[in-house]
Amino acid sequence: MIAFLLRRLALGVMTIWLISVLSFVIIQLPPGDFVDAYIAQLASSGSSVSAEEAQAMRLQYGLGQPFYVQYGKWISRVVVGDFGESMEWRRPVTQVIGDRLWLTLLLSLGALIVTWTLALPIGIYSAVRQYSVADYIFTLVGFIGIAVPNFLMALIIMYFAFKFFGASVGGLFSAEFAMAPWSWAKAWDLAKHLPLPAVILALGGTAQLIRIMRANLLDELRRPYVVTARAKGLSETRVILKYPVRAALNPFASNIAYLFPYLVSGSIIISIVLGLPTVGPLLVKSLVAQDMFLAGTIVLLLGVLTVVGTFISDLVLMWVDPRLRHQMD
Amino acid sequence: MAEPILSVRNLQTQFAAQEGVVHAVDGVDFDVFEGRTLGVVGESGCGKSVTARSILGIVESPGRVVGGQILLRPAKGGAPIDLLTLSPKAMRDIRGPEIALVFQEPMASFSQYYTIGNQITEAIRLHMGMDANAARARAIDLLDMVGVPQPSRRVDEYPFQLSGGLRQRVMIAMALACDPRVLIADEPTTALDVTTQAQILDLLRELQQKRGLAIILITHDMGVIAEMAHDVAVMYLGRAVETGPVGEIFSSPKHPYTRALLRSIPTVLAKPRTRLPTIAGSIPHPFNRPTGCPYHPRCSEIITGLCETAEPPAVGEASREVRCFLHGGRP
Repeated sequence: MIAFLLRRLALGVMTIWLISVLSFVIIQLPPGDFVDAYIAQLASSGSSVSAEEAQAMRLQYGLGQPFYVQYGKWISRVVVGDFGESMEWRRPVTQVIGDRLWLTLLLSLGALIVTWTLALPIGIYSAVRQYSVADYIFTLVGFIGIAVPNFLMALIIMYFAFKFFGASVGGLFSAEFAMAPWSWAKAWDLAKHLPLPAVILALGGTAQLIRIMRANLLDELRRPYVVTARAKGLSETRVILKYPVRAALNPFASNIAYLFPYLVSGSIIISIVLGLPTVGPLLVKSLVAQDMFLAGTIVLLLGVLTVVGTFISDLVLMWVDPRLRHQMD
Repeated sequence: MAEPILSVRNLQTQFAAQEGVVHAVDGVDFDVFEGRTLGVVGESGCGKSVTARSILGIVESPGRVVGGQILLRPAKGGAPIDLLTLSPKAMRDIRGPEIALVFQEPMASFSQYYTIGNQITEAIRLHMGMDANAARARAIDLLDMVGVPQPSRRVDEYPFQLSGGLRQRVMIAMALACDPRVLIADEPTTALDVTTQAQILDLLRELQQKRGLAIILITHDMGVIAEMAHDVAVMYLGRAVETGPVGEIFSSPKHPYTRALLRSIPTVLAKPRTRLPTIAGSIPHPFNRPTGCPYHPRCSEIITGLCETAEPPAVGEASREVRCFLHGGRP
């Protein structure tokens, strides 16, 4: 068991390293570099940069060097915790990302909690009362939830919130707290703003998970061990919750790994639409500007989150499935 | 003979499908006595398992018991109670302490997510009101009783860690957890190899002698019937076509279907390289139930003009009944 966990950990580190190489390559793939993008941006606003200045900037960021030299310099600083400086913002990357990483995590976690608390009971109900009126309604709503892109949902909700309640639902903070340092009042303000974007972000995943839970449970409900449990004289609720639901939870556990990156990447568009201060919009901007160190750091962070998510999901799976546990020994 | 502990009267269980109604159990009668084994025998799909589930009230939707009586004589004596009239709550108290079920597939019939101890003790705690420690001690005793080696270690193992034979022993221990008076064993040895089969049957017989269990043994294997049963009910298409003591069923079978079943048992005395007789045709599709006697399309002794149209009633005394016009009951 311990050996397995160590092996998984080592593999995780390898994966993260590969992600760092790949992300660096991908960021460099578009023609030109940050200086080109910078010059083009200045040109569009009417000013210009001399050839000497451009050359000086390239030298400063080491852009003229071969790929592996650039990568080597970057990664050797990353391992000691220095993520470099954002070219566009001219500040350390860690400062630029700042609270955004934690807000992104918080938002994703919120969406995850919403997803599970909705999807589990609805999925169970839909399976146990298959083809009931409620099942059909949940199915219909679920398909709508899957089919409608969540940014569209965000726009619609924003529209109605503004039209009927006169409320602006954008952002994670009220105006007076946006730039303020952290305080209890600011945290409370965040707590008030978080639920709506979390729910919007959760909708697509919830609909999917309801379908998964329903299908799994329908399979499990027909297994002989359910009849065994009934033959013992257990109440129907107890039978269903203890036996088939437990078995149907397995895919939920393995789903954690995929849900996390899905929520983070899914939050990019929603964050742009709702004006949320998460890493999503920052990533898009840094990619457009070819701001390598910022983009590289964000992609690397997302990679780490995914690997950690997979690791957690493995642990949960081993916890819920005794067969896996025994294969390890 | 003593009063039966369990009597099934004209039991009818139907499954409503889109294509029509399937009469899975269509008027079954039999009696089960304390300390005796009733063998229920028939081909696959004749309604044996549905009968077992009907008795426990755990027929799965869209199946439903639509008629008949299931009479259980209370342990304290008194008039028999009809299980079909009980509330769901009262019926749950029957399952386990009064009637228990042993299933065909010991692997699929256990949940792989809980230890066998967990799955045995939950019924004990529910019905006998024991605390966790007492229930665990009882579970270990039960495992020991059914011949599971090292029961105090095995109790914490998962079903997938046990062999097929051990799993079936554990299944029997689980069924006996709340001291039932009637044990229904639904093809308990079908999934096991021959040696293990014999061990499990021995175990059942031994438990019956020790505790005076009434056993309903469901099987398609005439050999198992010969070895285990005191009484036999032969089922065909949801109906008991012949019932009687095991000796009479084997020595003087009356219904052509029973005779055909007995002919198709392989014997060591048969001439080598001769074909084993089989029953002509196959069980009709449930939606195309034959009119008249359900066996007439496959019967070699059909009375043309009668068996296709009229249903033979049960004739004979209660302990030796047959549904066939060859033996009476002609209109």
